[in-house]
Amino acid sequence: MNPAALEAVGLTRRFGGLTAVSDVSLRLSVGELHAVIGPNGAGKSTLVNLLSGELRPSAGSVRLGGADATGWPPWRLAQGGVGRSFQRTNVLRGMTVFENARLAAQSRAFGLSRWLRAAAAEAGPIAGARAALARVGLSEAEGAVAGTLSHGQLRLLEIAMALATAPTVLLLDEPLAGMGPEEGERLAALLKALSRDHALLLIEHDMDVVFAVADTLTVMVDGQVLERGPPDRIRASAAVREAYLGHEV
Amino acid sequence: MIVASRAGHAALALAALAVALMPLWASGYHVQLASTALVAAMFALSLQLLVGAAGMVSLGHAAFFGIGAYAVHLLPAGLSILFTLPASALLAAAAALPVGALSLRTRGFFFLMTTLAFGQMLFFLFHDTPLGGGKDGVFVSRPALEAFGFAFEVPRRSRPTVLLLLNLGVLAAMYAGLAALMGTLFGHALRGIRENEDRMRALGYDTRRVKLAAFVLAGALAGVAGHMSAMTEAFVNPELLGWHRSAEGLLMILLGGLGALHGPILGAAAFVGLGEAATLLTERRRLVEGLVILAVVLVLPRGLAGLRLGLLRRREPAPVAAAAAEP
Repeated sequence: MNPAALEAVGLTRRFGGLTAVSDVSLRLSVGELHAVIGPNGAGKSTLVNLLSGELRPSAGSVRLGGADATGWPPWRLAQGGVGRSFQRTNVLRGMTVFENARLAAQSRAFGLSRWLRAAAAEAGPIAGARAALARVGLSEAEGAVAGTLSHGQLRLLEIAMALATAPTVLLLDEPLAGMGPEEGERLAALLKALSRDHALLLIEHDMDVVFAVADTLTVMVDGQVLERGPPDRIRASAAVREAYLGHEV
Repeated sequence: MIVASRAGHAALALAALAVALMPLWASGYHVQLASTALVAAMFALSLQLLVGAAGMVSLGHAAFFGIGAYAVHLLPAGLSILFTLPASALLAAAAALPVGALSLRTRGFFFLMTTLAFGQMLFFLFHDTPLGGGKDGVFVSRPALEAFGFAFEVPRRSRPTVLLLLNLGVLAAMYAGLAALMGTLFGHALRGIRENEDRMRALGYDTRRVKLAAFVLAGALAGVAGHMSAMTEAFVNPELLGWHRSAEGLLMILLGGLGALHGPILGAAAFVGLGEAATLLTERRRLVEGLVILAVVLVLPRGLAGLRLGLLRRREPAPVAAAAAEP
């Protein structure tokens, strides 16, 4: 197996008396699409927020490329190569699609001279932004103000912004939420392609998509890992059926 | 925040020309009033870097204005403006750095209250200690107009004219600098932070550092405005640091338009003009001011800069029909 790009070791997060995530360990490696499924309230989004630094763990650690990254703020993890999308669309609505992507690509700027150069004059980030938009299929809409996009396009822009930062790890929190079947299918193919050169963590409710694209599945219930393995094994697991999947699978 | 289009800048340049020619067509009193408005515009413009660009509403900004003004008093008399002006900016920036570093641990309402508290602390430092000459204020000697050994003696009669041109030049330079800054990555990052700070952090921006840089720069520019105030009035008092001043700056921004870089300049001109007109009409000047500002805010949510006659706004990128852009 590839070395872990991002690793959770015994991650726990409590909110007052509620333990949202309890002793979860997880390895994400480049080339692997790791999906986390579970009923609402299982702690999936909390897990993503712990991995991206939005939340600090109550116990356990986060390791980035083998080094300890526990308690790092989001921007530092992002600088370290962790890109994420949000469950609720979270883009800069007043800017154009292209400006959103360019700002994402420029987040790696160092030094005062780059910060004080005209934002529109930098070839590197502009190319990076265009490439990211092309990869998700938003090139046509690059001049549109983000606030005017359709829901499906906004979901794609979320992913393009994460991609434009050239991450190693992608944490995608329900990227397909609210998408039509056709859009969803195209996005699923994109996710599969992205997982070849990224370590990809996917939170998703659409079981058809999850079982079609995931290499590894982690099933979470009540903040804990119930089961983990390749899709076939999860599908066959009696415990998973009972706790979550019901009889539909 | 919008930077005016080329046509808008042409209009602003024409207005600047009219101001520069004021000594030829206006009374001495009005020339001095224009200087007051120009200084107010500098202060409001420096505050716009926080409010309009980064979405940080501060009630302590006048403290840095006051520090810039008091720097003229604290420095030895007779120094060249080439020395006192940067010194004022540096002193104000030096004060803004710790205040910003602590205040920026909070956001929104708490940021407002923290800046208010720090601002009042600095106000009382000058109000209650002999540091700045006490609570009644003190007359200061104007910095010398002197550069590279070449001194420019200003006869008393033409002093208002010289000060007007000087203030106009400083305001123009400040505006040009900020307009350029808005186009840099720094300006774009501020815009991103105003829209969605959490997203910017997730993209890898250390937003607190970007905001601190803006806070210190805004403080330095307020210091420049304060320096020009001391130079214009030849008088400083602790009220320059008080929160009323900060609130006035916010009113000017609101009046002129939150969404445009040139808004505070229009707002400051309108505010000073309004105060003047209200004084002519009635003794209840504040009441008239309040009513007019209320009316403007209700009728023109984008402020005076929103009254654009198609001139002052850069055309926004044409929205692509969402359906047509579907991949």
